[in-house]
Amino acid sequence: MTALRNVSALVEKEWRHYFGSPIAYVALSMWTALFGFFFWVIFKQFLLYSMQTAQQMEMGGGFKLSLNDLVISPVLRNMAVVALFILPMLTMRLFAEERRQGTMELLATAPLTDLQIVMGKFLGALALYVLMIAAGFANFAILWKYATVAPEWKPVVTGGLALLLVGGAFIALGLFLSTLTRNQIVAGILGFGLALIFWILGWLDQPMADTVTRVVAYLGVTNHIEQMMKGVVDLKDLVFYASFIAFGIFLAHQSVLSQRWRA
Amino acid sequence: MIEVDNLTKRYGRTTAVDGISFVVKKGEILGFLGPNGAGKTTTMRILTCYLPPTEGTARVAGHDVFEEPLEVKRRVGYIPESPPLYPDMDVDTFLDFCAKIKGVAKAQRRARVDAAIEKCRVGDVRKTLIGRLSKGYRQRVGLAQAILNDPEVLILDEPTAGLDPKQIIETRELIKGLGGEHTIILSTHILPEVSMTCGRVVIINKGKVVAEDTPENLTHRLRGAGTLRLEVRGDMAALADALKTVPGVTAVRPHDGAGGVSVIDVEASAGADVRADLARAVVQKGHDLLGLQQVGMSLDEIFLHLTTSEPAAAVQVAPAAVEATA
Repeated sequence: MTALRNVSALVEKEWRHYFGSPIAYVALSMWTALFGFFFWVIFKQFLLYSMQTAQQMEMGGGFKLSLNDLVISPVLRNMAVVALFILPMLTMRLFAEERRQGTMELLATAPLTDLQIVMGKFLGALALYVLMIAAGFANFAILWKYATVAPEWKPVVTGGLALLLVGGAFIALGLFLSTLTRNQIVAGILGFGLALIFWILGWLDQPMADTVTRVVAYLGVTNHIEQMMKGVVDLKDLVFYASFIAFGIFLAHQSVLSQRWRA
Repeated sequence: MIEVDNLTKRYGRTTAVDGISFVVKKGEILGFLGPNGAGKTTTMRILTCYLPPTEGTARVAGHDVFEEPLEVKRRVGYIPESPPLYPDMDVDTFLDFCAKIKGVAKAQRRARVDAAIEKCRVGDVRKTLIGRLSKGYRQRVGLAQAILNDPEVLILDEPTAGLDPKQIIETRELIKGLGGEHTIILSTHILPEVSMTCGRVVIINKGKVVAEDTPENLTHRLRGAGTLRLEVRGDMAALADALKTVPGVTAVRPHDGAGGVSVIDVEASAGADVRADLARAVVQKGHDLLGLQQVGMSLDEIFLHLTTSEPAAAVQVAPAAVEATA
């Protein structure tokens, strides 16, 4: 109970910081603007395709186009990359700022455990990200209102889950990196660079690659969203993201602990 | 209430705190004195569980800082040297947040925040962003944060640093008012602060305790061995020689006075009360004795002496002390 109350107080504090400064507004508006932009561009392309297909259908060919596969999934895939850019900037301050400001001393001398502090910060950032995802998903409502054949809702939900998990991994990574320095910019650059590396690792996943390469490629954070984008939640992928996030939190916790011994 | 035993903290090769021990009784205000870099902040950080000790133990209300940090943290209110505040929160929000993480029950939270605001006189800025507050207000908000959950122990690291004289007086009054119900450790390098607020003083230098006593005793210890200042009218040279023959007198230093009045500083060995003999000697030589007063060492002088000389010599704050500062 105490633990829960402490963590929720810390989450609330993070939110006050995000919303008491321009951070949340800028992040939310950039995110939703990009979400809307990708949606618009991809949807226009879809309209073009569907007109071509309609013509082909009249000539007896063509096939049924899926809004899920041709609009929603591509938008979400693009947003996963946008998350890679924006989230390190939301996480870089988490610990770096507390340390520079001296407020780490306030948290560390309050009756809180280090794990509660780490969890409060992780969940605070994650909650803002959930809000961002929800705001972006409002775009899709149009499809249900106006499309003659409404998209399937299941892949949309699992797609949202995929976006959440990828972002959660980036947040956990950024959280850990933020404990390493009192300089926000350093934490930001590290977070962005490493997130990018974890993304690119996925490109190594070629059918012809040797085992070692494929094992490394398995760490590619964005590869594991593919199944979920299609509406299939594979336990393997859930385990991947859960372990990635847990490991990031673990490292952040160890780092906060060890700072006391080194300081 | 607080027991520190042989506490040591090393950072790599440098030893910040070197085997210090002291005890603070319940309700006492202990002044923690030392020059910058003496190890005050490190000691306080260990007592608040911010840093683990390298060796030795520290206990607060019977709980070891290393074994049971949460129990200790619950009982300690702490203000670091620069109060840790979130500049983008207003005072009310900040204190409410602190009350939450200090585990103040929801039903009492409002009342505790109000009480702290009133005690620290920050009511007129409670809706102001902390980033816009002056140094004095920030310090007071820091203090309000420390007393929020009514902790048994308060640890204040230089609470008056950077304040203007009026604020310093107010803060001291506030701290004094908190003594009694709270056990307080107060670090400072401003000496009058100690004599005004603290019941006992621990002076540390280079990580070691060099003296521990009440402010009065520290001053008093020197007084017996102190300097006597005589004001006399008449020929000085002859008198100085005569005074040297008084038993117990160790040195005589005549100064030039104005209007035929001379000032002579006489030093006596420790414990010897030479006032009566001096007065008689002056009168017998046919001089007018206009004044005879003891010149005690101020706390500043003791402090300077203790922290600039060898610890061994410092323990007996002896005549050497007077010479060093005369």
